[in-house]
Amino acid sequence: MWTTRSVCALLGLLALEGCQTAVLTPAGPIGAADRTILLDALAIMLAIVVPTILATLAFAWWFRASNSRARYLPNWSYSGRVELIVWSIPALVVFFLGGIAWIGSHLLDPARPLSSGTKPLEIQVVSLDWKWLFIYPEQGVASVNDLVAPAGVPLHFQITSASVFNVFFVPRLGSEIYSMYGMTTQLYLQADHGGIYHALSAHFSGDGFSDMAFDVHAVTPEQFSAWATATSASGPMLDEAAYRTLLTQSKNVKPYTYRAVQRDLYGGIVSQRLPPGEGPPTGQISPALSLRQEN
Amino acid sequence: MLGKLTWAAIPFDQPIPLAAGAFVVLAMCGVLIWVWAKGYIPYLWREWITSVDHKRIGIMYCLLGLVMLLRGFIDAAMMRLQQALAFHAAGYLPPEHYDQIFSAHGTIMIFFVAMPLVIGLMNFAVPLQLGVRDVAFPTLNSVGFWLTAVGALLVNLSLVVGEFARTGWLPYPPLSELTYSPGVGVDYYLWAIQISGIGTLMTGINLVTTILKMRAPGMSYMRMPIFCWTALASSLLIVAAFPILTATLAMLLLDRYLDFHFFTNVAGGNAMMFMNLIWAWGHPEVYILVLPAFGVYSEVVATFSGKPLFGYRSMVIATMAICILSFTVWLHHFFTMGAGADVNAFFGIASMLIAIPTGVKIYNWLFTMYGGRVRFSSPMLWAIGFMVTFAIGGMTGVLLAVPPADFVLHNSLFLVAHFHNTIIGGVVFGVFAGYTFWFPKAFGFTLDERLGKAAFWCWFVGFYVAFVPLYIAGLEGMTRRMQHYDRPEWHPWLLVAGLGALIIFCGIALQVMQLAISIRSRERRREPTGDPWDGRSLEWATPSPPPAFNFAVLPNVTDEEPYWSIKQQAREQMRLVTPEPHYEPIEMPRNSPVGFVTAFLAAVTGFSLIWHIWWLVVLGLACAYVTFVVFAWRDVAEFEIPAEEVAGIDRANRLARADYLRELAR
Repeated sequence: MWTTRSVCALLGLLALEGCQTAVLTPAGPIGAADRTILLDALAIMLAIVVPTILATLAFAWWFRASNSRARYLPNWSYSGRVELIVWSIPALVVFFLGGIAWIGSHLLDPARPLSSGTKPLEIQVVSLDWKWLFIYPEQGVASVNDLVAPAGVPLHFQITSASVFNVFFVPRLGSEIYSMYGMTTQLYLQADHGGIYHALSAHFSGDGFSDMAFDVHAVTPEQFSAWATATSASGPMLDEAAYRTLLTQSKNVKPYTYRAVQRDLYGGIVSQRLPPGEGPPTGQISPALSLRQEN
Repeated sequence: MLGKLTWAAIPFDQPIPLAAGAFVVLAMCGVLIWVWAKGYIPYLWREWITSVDHKRIGIMYCLLGLVMLLRGFIDAAMMRLQQALAFHAAGYLPPEHYDQIFSAHGTIMIFFVAMPLVIGLMNFAVPLQLGVRDVAFPTLNSVGFWLTAVGALLVNLSLVVGEFARTGWLPYPPLSELTYSPGVGVDYYLWAIQISGIGTLMTGINLVTTILKMRAPGMSYMRMPIFCWTALASSLLIVAAFPILTATLAMLLLDRYLDFHFFTNVAGGNAMMFMNLIWAWGHPEVYILVLPAFGVYSEVVATFSGKPLFGYRSMVIATMAICILSFTVWLHHFFTMGAGADVNAFFGIASMLIAIPTGVKIYNWLFTMYGGRVRFSSPMLWAIGFMVTFAIGGMTGVLLAVPPADFVLHNSLFLVAHFHNTIIGGVVFGVFAGYTFWFPKAFGFTLDERLGKAAFWCWFVGFYVAFVPLYIAGLEGMTRRMQHYDRPEWHPWLLVAGLGALIIFCGIALQVMQLAISIRSRERRREPTGDPWDGRSLEWATPSPPPAFNFAVLPNVTDEEPYWSIKQQAREQMRLVTPEPHYEPIEMPRNSPVGFVTAFLAAVTGFSLIWHIWWLVVLGLACAYVTFVVFAWRDVAEFEIPAEEVAGIDRANRLARADYLRELAR
């Protein structure tokens, strides 16, 4: 009966997986706070929703037409007392949840700095078609599709886009935020422990969207300094000319680093001094036409 | 001469779409030849295509929705298969193709499945429930339907001529701007939605006018069946929200066609504005869909519990509250755009407020069953399945309305699972409940119950197997619209979701079988009284199918459940309580080909706009104007049904009902 056993194994695996999902096993204070609010809100609602579902099934079953023991009240269609209760229950739940939402929105506003004794590390993020550029203004280095950051230190991300919308999202670290051309969004995150955290774009951005995943390497502050020093020793320089080559669409770009970054390149992108992404190459016989719809 | 259109637009190098397109074309030709050979064309033209009868138009809307459901489901199945295969692999669909499929799936399911089905049910049932003979503007109704059909036609045409949008079902700029989407895909989307959107707006205006101005004598607002209230709320939302959609898409069209800069990256465009505008339509849109479904449940639960609806006034207040609140929540679709804590909190709480009237509705259905005699016919199964499923979907919706929770769930598969939970569990179940509930009214025979119940269980179980895994994959951090991925923890869930899609497919297959078998055995399934479910509202007082004029004599309404009261008296006295009325000739609107002709011209114009065939655009618009003028100058708008014909139809039905009462007495 290997089939039965493999089905059981699969189900067991699934159950195990279910308890350890990325969003529910956060690795930083923002993620942990997001999870707390998520689980609190869920618990409050389950307290109402589960009894409601059970009552639905119970009422339907008990008052089935064939049950002669159930009372038939063919004209019963109004009761002030019941009406009061059915308006009160959802209203009270929503007032309670509304409070949580209000407080949570303010405490966990992505642009709100973390309360930490350590000075945050500045990281500028640019979403491109279809890769991520990370600029470390204080270290003067940059990387593509690879984010290295010290654990235990607040990270201040300034995020913009070079072309279409994307969303910067590291599920185990917490809140996500849009990247948009000509605008900067702010996000504070922190990784509590060293590790490799999967990250991705959470907003569809075109044909290369699925490859906009990258790893966040959380390392000790010492390792981070060592990495920055090593990075600044070799590799290409990120100046305007190099940036313009990044504007060309490319998929599945392997991570690499820049040893130096032209001063205020990020400012040039956000202020639209530098041009936006090029989009698909023109001059071909309409690339769109060779790509079809299904069935 | 033909603008951008060349032979390159036909996918000769792509076997799958070419073969599929050829199959569809052949099948359509086959149907046409069969119809022609059987000599059905005059019948179809006279009785359906040019019909301005709200019942016929309602049925055609539903037929359109059901056919498009098959297309949308094929898209869904292809996506599930792709995601099941694409773990550490490319799958079988390249991104260019996959992106079109999820865009088409969403577009078709919302605009050409859910909308036509919901509008179809409203069109069919509202005038009957109000006790009137037709909608306020019958020809406009026909135009509205045919314009919707043109939208569906254009979307499906993109399958074989050109491509469809690769932007998602809402074409967010800058991705949908010319720079990033130079092909005709977005143009197909835009013109299809513009044309069908105008049709929808016409229907909305029509239904609002009908409900506000054309009710049977004595039917005050507080005596209208709840379905009419929800239809009113939904139509008001259409009237208020669809112009926003049209204007927003018009701005995007100006950007793409005339080099405007509403939403472009350069020259001061602002794409965030598009998101605000599109959701100012988009959020009311979900209530446009779900409110009539709530109305169906209200009718079904009351009928199959053998009791009046509990808390009628609460239901009305809740419906209208949702109608208004739905305009105050659009920002919850982009909490993660960085609007700031106060704004996010405001819209989060506003979104939660909608849960109050919705919760009240659930409890009212619950208490409608209390003290009832619940019959588990298939419409009631859909209703109970809905109450269980929607409670969960509503809960995850409120969860997403808490901004910090949304910060980790936005755009994830959790969100995808949530809106399928509410749209399938709410709208689709409601539409199927309404379909099985009113089918005998529309055609005079019942659908096979055994297959109907089997279909329900497949859909119900299939839904959970398909979407619970997506909730979990969302918590795993998986976002929507991924063509491939390499996270091992996502893969098992996507396999299970694929299995769920397979179970739903069984449900759809059973429904197709149910329809085919029921039609073949229709003589056996005839239902002569016109009241197969022991109904409570006025539509059950008419014969099935109802005659063109609906009611031989307009009913006089004295309470909330006029038909039920009369039926109870008849049962007590074992005879028909109303004496045979004095029959008079009835004036009805004449058939009109205006809807069909307008739609044909809209299709030609839309197609030539997509491909930049400017002379044909001008020609199409000119002909449309001529059509309008010809229609405006018509001399005779109505025809008379003689009193004898009215009497004949009504007497036959009275006889059947008298027979039924005699049967009951014995």
